Amino acid sequence: MMDFITKLLAVTIAMGTSLTYATLGEIYTEKTGVLNLGMEGTMLMGALTAFATALATGNLYVGLLVAMLTGGLLSLIHAFLCVTMRANQVVSGLAITMFGTGLANFLGQRLGPASNHYNLVGMNLSSRFENIAIPVLKEIPILGAFFDVSLLTYALYLLIPFSWFFMYKTKFGLAIRAVGESPRTASAMGISVPRLRYLYTTIGGMFAGLGGACLSLSFTPSWNDGMTGGKGWIVIALVIFATWNPGKAVIGTLVFGGITSLQFSLQAAGVKMVIPTQFLAFSPYLITFLTLSIMTILNQNRKGAYAAPAALGTSFAIDDK
Amino acid sequence: MKKLLVLLVLLLAITSLVFAQGVKEAAPKADEPFKVGIIYISSPGDMGYSYMHDQGTKAAEAYFGNKIEVIRMENVPENDSAARAMEQMVDAGCKIIFANSYNYQDYMLQVAKENPEVYFEHCSGYLDNPNMSNYFGRMYQMRYLSGMIAAKMSPTGKLGYIGAFNTPEVVRGLNGFALGARAVNPKATITVVWTNTWYDPSLERQGAVALLNQGIDVIAQHQDTTEPAKAAVERGKYAIGYNADFRDIIKDDHVLVSTMWNWGNYMIPSIESAMNGTWKSQSYWGGLEDDMIHLSPISPLVPKDFQAKVMAKQDEIAQGKWDVFWGELKDNTGVIRQKAGEKMADAKMLTMDWFVEGVIGTVK
Repeated sequence: MMDFITKLLAVTIAMGTSLTYATLGEIYTEKTGVLNLGMEGTMLMGALTAFATALATGNLYVGLLVAMLTGGLLSLIHAFLCVTMRANQVVSGLAITMFGTGLANFLGQRLGPASNHYNLVGMNLSSRFENIAIPVLKEIPILGAFFDVSLLTYALYLLIPFSWFFMYKTKFGLAIRAVGESPRTASAMGISVPRLRYLYTTIGGMFAGLGGACLSLSFTPSWNDGMTGGKGWIVIALVIFATWNPGKAVIGTLVFGGITSLQFSLQAAGVKMVIPTQFLAFSPYLITFLTLSIMTILNQNRKGAYAAPAALGTSFAIDDK
Repeated sequence: MKKLLVLLVLLLAITSLVFAQGVKEAAPKADEPFKVGIIYISSPGDMGYSYMHDQGTKAAEAYFGNKIEVIRMENVPENDSAARAMEQMVDAGCKIIFANSYNYQDYMLQVAKENPEVYFEHCSGYLDNPNMSNYFGRMYQMRYLSGMIAAKMSPTGKLGYIGAFNTPEVVRGLNGFALGARAVNPKATITVVWTNTWYDPSLERQGAVALLNQGIDVIAQHQDTTEPAKAAVERGKYAIGYNADFRDIIKDDHVLVSTMWNWGNYMIPSIESAMNGTWKSQSYWGGLEDDMIHLSPISPLVPKDFQAKVMAKQDEIAQGKWDVFWGELKDNTGVIRQKAGEKMADAKMLTMDWFVEGVIGTVK
């Protein structure tokens, strides 16, 4: 039983790493009041460019870097549309996803080696981000699963507390939250709302690119058309689940990823499924409904402690009345 | 005045375009090639389902040379745009149109009825019309053979199977695999994990990992990416490929064999009959005897004498002496589904919704 849970946790963490990066990114972006629905497309482009670069250079780290740059660039387009052009954030985000998905699939058939008809599908990397086990610690039942993971996951152990500290304990974080809650007040305080929104939308995109790279360089080391399989959409739900708190970004990932892994593990263990697998497959979304409802109730009691940034999804201009 | 001028120029441009189009259509070349349209659900770059279809298309191109001209459309969704795609192909002068995914069939039937002078070929469905056929292959025969190999190589006799959806096609393939495995090792079990997706690398891998965690040592799959096989090979376990030759992609002898399609062997005669006017509507379900399906080269890890045994079985099927669903069959709850000496009719196979003995899992 212990072993069952440990292994379950291990695969949940491995898959969840990608989700967690993207969720952190989306939290940074949404905290400044910019909703970025382009995560799916951004993650795909990250996965593609990371894989193509790693394949061409043989260096995984260069792959990561290029994925971050690509993610940042795509989100820069979103920032330009939403901040400078003050376009509808939902429409712009959807456009980024459609654009990113299409472009990634297009490039996937162009960036491969000539020997494979320039196709990236079916190519293999000579190396990947392998799991690195920490002796002794990895022997701990259940929690040991956290100490036999890839470098990309270890990095998260630092990044999550750092992000929490950054967001709630530094003046930079305060500025971010001010812009997201009340851009008008923030502006009056002398904070440049557009600059901050540009910056954190771009950073959010870089995280999403990294999330995509986690898939193509570590979890499923390959390139496949549409390989993110809707993870970019789950991310939007995970941000809500985390109540826009980077410290909690990982909880949603574990719950969402855990349910998927659990239903597979139960099937594989030959447990007679009382709940149909189709039901389990969409249950994470059901939990999103539940979370939203619970949060609404909690917010009434605790004066919006779990609420979305008040200015989320709205554009801002200094001369707005 | 300026507006009027712009309007005039625009009108002129449009009429000239239409005119040019008309001229082009009015003067067909005498030796114009026979036009063939092909619609793919995904990109042939998927190295899976559409890739294998495109191999068939390429075989036809090689066979007919410049006598045919192929128009391909990729990533066509299974909705009304499929009908638009087919109409475009008809407009472009295609005389025969193929489409490779199940849910195209209603749209194809509709377009077929509107264009009786064009032939239509639908893969994996059941609808037909005087000018529309459907075709598919008996992949379960190959799955049986791969099941034999899997059971032979598995030290524990615990085999795993990643299934996409609980459709009769997948269930039939899994049963074929299970029967083959248990013919070699009567104690073998086949544990099934449903992913509820044809195509999702992460989920497919997660399903495989869950099976491997249970100590299963051969992973077979009815999925469209190589991830389940890769997950197995990474752990030093065995894998059975599907669609394309996974041994070619993964380059590891732990990939024991792949079960593959030969779509060209249907497409070439079909195009030929359309060219010479002998085309007839049919519901085609070809197997080994027609070379619609085949096994990839088998891994050298599989003993040579056993490979010969598998090939002998393959010959038996090809010659029609025996088939997978012949004889007594029990389901995995112990109920006898077919009596000894009976041969399962195609209609029963096409609606199969139960697992044979030895399969751990439920169809629903």
